[in-house]
Amino acid sequence: MNPMSEQLFEGERLSLAPHDPEKDAEVESRWTHDPEYMRLLSADPARPLSPGQIKKKYEEAAKEKSHNRFSFALRTRADDRLIGFARLERIEWNNGSGWLTLGIGSAEDRRQGYGAEALRLLLRYAFDELNLHRVSAATFEYNSGALRLLEKAGFTVEVRRRQAIHRDGRRWDELLLGLLREDWEKSSTPNPNTQM
Amino acid sequence: MSTSLFHGTLVRLAAVNPEADAEVWARWTRDAEFLRLLDSEPARPASGKQRKEEMESYPSDDNHYSFMIRTLTDDALIGFTGLWVGPHWIHGNGWVGIGLGDRTYWGKGYGADAMRLILRYAFTELNLHRVSLGVFAYNQRAIESYKKVGFVLEGRVRHETRRNGQSWDTLYMGILRDEWEKSQAKDGKQGYEHQTFPR
Repeated sequence: MNPMSEQLFEGERLSLAPHDPEKDAEVESRWTHDPEYMRLLSADPARPLSPGQIKKKYEEAAKEKSHNRFSFALRTRADDRLIGFARLERIEWNNGSGWLTLGIGSAEDRRQGYGAEALRLLLRYAFDELNLHRVSAATFEYNSGALRLLEKAGFTVEVRRRQAIHRDGRRWDELLLGLLREDWEKSSTPNPNTQM
Repeated sequence: MSTSLFHGTLVRLAAVNPEADAEVWARWTRDAEFLRLLDSEPARPASGKQRKEEMESYPSDDNHYSFMIRTLTDDALIGFTGLWVGPHWIHGNGWVGIGLGDRTYWGKGYGADAMRLILRYAFTELNLHRVSLGVFAYNQRAIESYKKVGFVLEGRVRHETRRNGQSWDTLYMGILRDEWEKSQAKDGKQGYEHQTFPR
């Protein structure tokens, strides 16, 4: 069987799809109105963004050098609904390393296994398509969901940046995690979409 | 006791002056070892013109504080250091970078002196809560120097760089404000609070 028939962009329920700011900005704007989501995702001060501001962000990202950044929209295969995003960025080609970010936008789409599936797809893309040697991820001490998800996928906590995050009057650690290719190869299950 | 924010015992922090400094910086890039200790980009020599353009593009906004390192005895340009405040000011975290391009000054305390200055700047001028850095596991001299000025090892990112066919870890270190303050008290340098300001 030809290994190139592996479907990189499709999982059981989700697909890694291109961004479509015209269509997606409305939905993404809704996500930014949820401060919990914003604070789980990013260290920037949470603030709601209008669809226009979202579109502008995409335009700016498109202008930046894109050779070390791969960004996908997460859509359900059943009805092509936007549920989140998945990105590999800050890729250093000479070192075979890169950083991963993943977000599931609406509260009702969280804890449904979408994050785990998106992570599997993105890791396969990182290791099988981009030929990375390791993938890094960062999260905050208070984001136990992300921590559990990453550890289940084989990530190891490598660095604990003490008191790096200041929220609600207290300091939280930032955790840096890493997954090496060899660990991923051991833990990843074969792609069910590939007919071997 | 030092009375100036920019003066240490061996070096001072000076402005970045691309016009005058770029040629010296370009000479440093002929030293591949220096480049490979400094960052994870592929090492390559740069011309004075290239360095000048790059230095001119250094951001000098409220998130970036860049300095050149000069010796006190003869004002020789020996390196550079800088702080980037991020990911955002609300967290009070700064990332420090430092490089001594002139290798004749390695291992003699010049780097540590400059690092003490930039830490004092971070905690007393920028009022940061912590300062962070990353260093390659093969840069033992730097690791020792950072420990000496009070940085604590916070973990190691496995196999983040590849040099000479081998994978190397990156060490992450950090120093918190209260740790820094304690180290100042221990060294009898509480005087930073009563520093004389230039008149």
